[in-house]
Amino acid sequence: MATTMITTLDRSSRAAARGLSDISIRNLFIIPTILFLIVFNIFPLIYSLGYSFTDFRASTNAPANFIGLQNYRDLLNDPYVWSNFAITAKYVIISVAGQLLVGFGVAMLLNRDIPLKGLLTTLLLLPMMLSMAVVGLFWKLLYDPSFGIINYALGLGTFEWLSDPNMALYAVALTDIWMWSPFVMLLSLAGLSAVPKHLYEAAAIDRAGPFYTFFRITLPLVAPILMIAVIFRTMEAFKTFDLAYILTSQPTAELISIRLYKMAFQEWQTGRSCAMAYIVLIMVLAITNIYVKYLNKVKER
Amino acid sequence: MRKTMTSLLAGIGLVLACGTSVYAQDKELTIFWAEWDPANYLQELGNEYEKETGVKITVETTPWPDFQTKAFTEFNAHGDAYDMVVGDSQWLGAGSTGGHYVDLTDFFNKHKLGEVMAPATVKYYAEYPGGSSKYWAIPLEGDAVGWSYRKDWFEDPKEKEAFKAKYGYDLDVPKDFKALRDIAEFFHRPDQKRYGIAIYTDNSYDAMAMGFENALFSFGGELGDYKTYKVDGFINSDKAIAALDAYKELYTFTPPGWAKSFFVEDNQAITENLAAMSMNYFAFFPSLINEASNPNAKNTGFFANPAGPGGDQFAALGGQGISIVSYSQKQEEAVKFLEWFIKDETQKKWAALGGYTCSAAVLKSEEFQNATPYNKAFYETMFKVKDFWAVPEYAELLQQLNQRIYPYVIGGPGTAKETLDALAADWNATFKKYGRGQ
Repeated sequence: MATTMITTLDRSSRAAARGLSDISIRNLFIIPTILFLIVFNIFPLIYSLGYSFTDFRASTNAPANFIGLQNYRDLLNDPYVWSNFAITAKYVIISVAGQLLVGFGVAMLLNRDIPLKGLLTTLLLLPMMLSMAVVGLFWKLLYDPSFGIINYALGLGTFEWLSDPNMALYAVALTDIWMWSPFVMLLSLAGLSAVPKHLYEAAAIDRAGPFYTFFRITLPLVAPILMIAVIFRTMEAFKTFDLAYILTSQPTAELISIRLYKMAFQEWQTGRSCAMAYIVLIMVLAITNIYVKYLNKVKER
Repeated sequence: MRKTMTSLLAGIGLVLACGTSVYAQDKELTIFWAEWDPANYLQELGNEYEKETGVKITVETTPWPDFQTKAFTEFNAHGDAYDMVVGDSQWLGAGSTGGHYVDLTDFFNKHKLGEVMAPATVKYYAEYPGGSSKYWAIPLEGDAVGWSYRKDWFEDPKEKEAFKAKYGYDLDVPKDFKALRDIAEFFHRPDQKRYGIAIYTDNSYDAMAMGFENALFSFGGELGDYKTYKVDGFINSDKAIAALDAYKELYTFTPPGWAKSFFVEDNQAITENLAAMSMNYFAFFPSLINEASNPNAKNTGFFANPAGPGGDQFAALGGQGISIVSYSQKQEEAVKFLEWFIKDETQKKWAALGGYTCSAAVLKSEEFQNATPYNKAFYETMFKVKDFWAVPEYAELLQQLNQRIYPYVIGGPGTAKETLDALAADWNATFKKYGRGQ
């Protein structure tokens, strides 16, 4: 598919009119992109793979010694790293499930003729346009037990959202849900509006109930696009750093990326943190692959 | 195509030409420090230097949490963005063995700085390894952890009476940790939104360690033997265990949500009427006597870290020395600045601007000790301070301390002994990894 697109240039297109050949398009656009990717993505990726087998520390002048799989062994034997992974998994599940529920729910509500629908949708999208760090900083104020507006509004007294080890992770996930549900909502809205109206009419004629219509028509047709939302949000949630880093320092909310940051840039264990980054990369790749397989299956149906 | 290439090259050439000419003309030194009041005072001092010599001094700053990361990123890249850096005392190991700092031993001996500066500041801000007589920095900002308290709460006759009835002795500035604990408990009244004490708990850098060290050192405990790297029997000694439990108990008298607090929160505890007493670095006390930043300025008093049960009295060291970055192109100019900086009259000016001088002569002078309500406490403290490990891998040791102590203090499971035994095991493993003291 891709090759046919490159080789057959539409004769009436502007590029053809200006006399740009396929070769010059390749030289102008594709080669620079590939070079850019190689220099800034692929090369560091491979270089850091090399470092992950050494005891290199960027903060000293000592040469890097090859230590084989020692870094990987140490990391996978470290109970703290395992607990970071468990925390991250819990966080990803809570936050993505929450976003899916809220986002899809709001999209269902908006998927009808209501006044000011455009304005409402735009306003609902605002949270995801803010910077993560800014959201973190002002949610920290909202959660504050002494003067925070959340406790005031809910009458919770001095409930400690972020200082309570059992609550901190949920508080971070809640903020993430607030911020990224609009993203799921947007994709769901696109999916919902693409469902052909005649299917609903047919279902109404057959006297199908609302639950039946939802599970047999709406959900299956929106599923592929929901899956895309899930893939994006899972990858992002897995990598969450700024929000959690700003909101709390509870060890019970120390996500894998925070651990990685500390290892790489506070302790300067460059070799070991490269190994850790690779472990995370492999995990994200594996999870995404499962999703993509599933997405293809859903699309085939 | 050729035309574009020619113009591009011409452009690059022009930029380079401009760059080099600016470089050659301007005499400018850049000092890197964290973003806080003392850095502003240093900038003012630098302005004086510019008036005298024509060399412009720029103090570049970054917020505290990024300070270490940003400085070492620049060092590791061998960048010359900074000519000098006012680095934390713990960085000495990494800075010297990593080749980032210029060896200042000759400068130190030539100017007899070992005698000019207070002994503790030379030991902790300048020398590495300990006892080697090799120096990598000039003590610049002396600092240690002290305490501020609400004089009006302490001096209220009703409170005094109630306190005496409950504890059997007079309510006054705490002389030891027992009194500190009692007063914290006494003023801890959540129903009135008043709390006993504000302590450091943030585990993202060294706040938790500094707070715990205040208890540890005064209880007569030690982190370990800095010469042999032996930690068993030090960090998990009975004294250390008692100190950790005392610190954990203090946490129960803190305001709600006090699990990520450092200098900002601890000063807020005083300005926002939250706590009776608050732990903080002396460097943050100037804003507490300023009515613009503290509505309770008139009612705020200060005291040195109290003694432990055995009568030992120490405090955790903060503060920084100034080092010349070995990648700087202007090292000679930087040495000239340091020569000016260590002069007695410059040190006096530095103290007058609000900097905490390390000059022994200035510290001992009546003039300095009476200049502010906290200078006397500062003078007393600076002669009984101790510090964290300064080895290049200090950040790993710090992380392990945070990992073990933080959950315990914040209310986690286990006992102080288990916590500190586990920490000793972590530290042993780390020292073994780097081949120290084996």
